[in-house]
Amino acid sequence: MPLAIEFDFGAVQHFLFNAQIRHGAWVTIQVAVIAQALGILLGGVFALMRISRNPVARFVAGLYVWFFRGTPALLQLFILYFGLPQLINNQTFTNELTAYRAAILAFAVNEGSYMTEIVRAGILSVESGQMDAAKSLGMTQLQAMRHIVLPQALRVVVPPTGNEFIAMLKNTSLASTIGLIELLGASRLIYSVNFKFMELLATAAIWYLAFTTAFSILQAELERVLAAGERERAQTLFSRMIDLMGGRRGT
Amino acid sequence: MNEGPMVRVIDAHKRYGRLEVLRGVSLDVQRGEVVVLLGPSGSGKTTLLRCLNHLEPLNSGRIYVDGELVGYRERNGRLVEDREPEIARKRAAIGMVFQRFNLFPHLTALGNVTAAPVRVKKMPRKEAEEMGRRLLEKVGLAAKVDGYPSQLSGGQQQRVAIARALAMEPKLMLFDEPTSALDPELVGEVLDVMKALAKDGMTMIVVTHEMGFAREVASRAVFMDEGVIVEEGTPAQLLQDPQQERTKAFLSRIL
Ligand SMILES: Nc1ncnc2c1ncn2[C@@H]1O[C@H](COP(=O)(O)OP(=O)(O)OP(=O)(O)O)[C@@H](O)[C@H]1O
Ligand SMILES: [Mg+2]
Repeated sequence: MPLAIEFDFGAVQHFLFNAQIRHGAWVTIQVAVIAQALGILLGGVFALMRISRNPVARFVAGLYVWFFRGTPALLQLFILYFGLPQLINNQTFTNELTAYRAAILAFAVNEGSYMTEIVRAGILSVESGQMDAAKSLGMTQLQAMRHIVLPQALRVVVPPTGNEFIAMLKNTSLASTIGLIELLGASRLIYSVNFKFMELLATAAIWYLAFTTAFSILQAELERVLAAGERERAQTLFSRMIDLMGGRRGT
Repeated sequence: MNEGPMVRVIDAHKRYGRLEVLRGVSLDVQRGEVVVLLGPSGSGKTTLLRCLNHLEPLNSGRIYVDGELVGYRERNGRLVEDREPEIARKRAAIGMVFQRFNLFPHLTALGNVTAAPVRVKKMPRKEAEEMGRRLLEKVGLAAKVDGYPSQLSGGQQQRVAIARALAMEPKLMLFDEPTSALDPELVGEVLDVMKALAKDGMTMIVVTHEMGFAREVASRAVFMDEGVIVEEGTPAQLLQDPQQERTKAFLSRIL
């Protein structure tokens, strides 16, 4: 039997900038960016809880990390999208919980558990003498954390957070299983009609690679500047980042 | 509150787990006095300083600074630990200088000095910077205002740390071996700043093994061992004519 490879390069070219695919790519970016941002926020809050002196806060944060890191993201997505509406059984809730919102929520909460550990490690990497010095000047724990410890923890937190975002970009494809028309969802929609599986999967792969490559370059650049020289250069970029975060707004 | 000693420590006890590090320390420091604290490694000098500004809570005993209980308030004859803002408020009046400087590496010298006035006292930034420049000038670092800690020598870093503490206008300064992490040739510049501060009338408690400084500046020397004060007197008395065996043994080792 002759080996016949059928692959329609023209179709890839055709679908690469197809409106549905482009829209899917846009949804992918939106879900990834919003979920990652929320995940960072959650990670910050739960990291503070994990290192707090309050045993209840520590326990709750520990439980959160234990559950959301210990079960598959896909399972969490299904629990949120299929499980909760059954439990809550409220029409408004079910209607409001679109696939788009469910995906963002589920990925954010899942990501938060990883970010908790990353931010915690960052905070612990800052010498305890920094906290002592800040407190000896009359800062409260919270002021010391915000103005002294967290800006220094940032250096340790940025590289793994970049890796997390790359993982996030790809993991958003899980949401195609609950009917979200993101990048992979859009490809699936099209090949279910025209049966050009390989061509559409390749199209999606090209988009994912474009996203992850572009971000990797950005991340490498960021880390290079952060690491450069240890001295002036790194410091100024560092200060600028803190400026962007609003850390230096007047009084 | 302007009567009486600046510092009054009454029967302070501090344990870490089962290790009793302070075993009943009592000490008065008068206003404007410079007290040098001596003692072998592990005798509890750092711990005493850290209890003085409540970086470490006491297990029993009391510490008053300027007539105010540090870290606690009294309720029906019992001590209750203060809430955080109150602890922080009392700490703000007590400057501390650390052995390893503990400058904030992400801020310039000026940023280090202005951080607390801006964040804690809510001082307008311009005003804080003017004051910060003045203080850095006072410690001889007018040229290093925009330098980051990693760009400064150890002696310069420690002088920034002193300026940083002074920016909160403390009534009391605590120094924990401020020169022991420095190369010998850098010790003098830090001691000079401390001498000037003493001359200005600052009340100071200084843990140091710099005997020249003790003789020249201190009004009193206190020798600690194993969590208690063994002996105290004028620096001349204590250094030349110690009465206790433990003091003699210690001094013979370091002099
Ligand atoms: N956070 C802590 N937890 C447990 N033990 C501690 C802690 N801090 C200090 N210690 C112990 O308390 C004792 C006194 O320590 P401290 O640092 O007060 O001594 P020191 O007189 O300052 O000594 P040195 O001259 O070496 O600085 C030491 O045995 C030390 O190991
Ligand atoms: Mg010590």
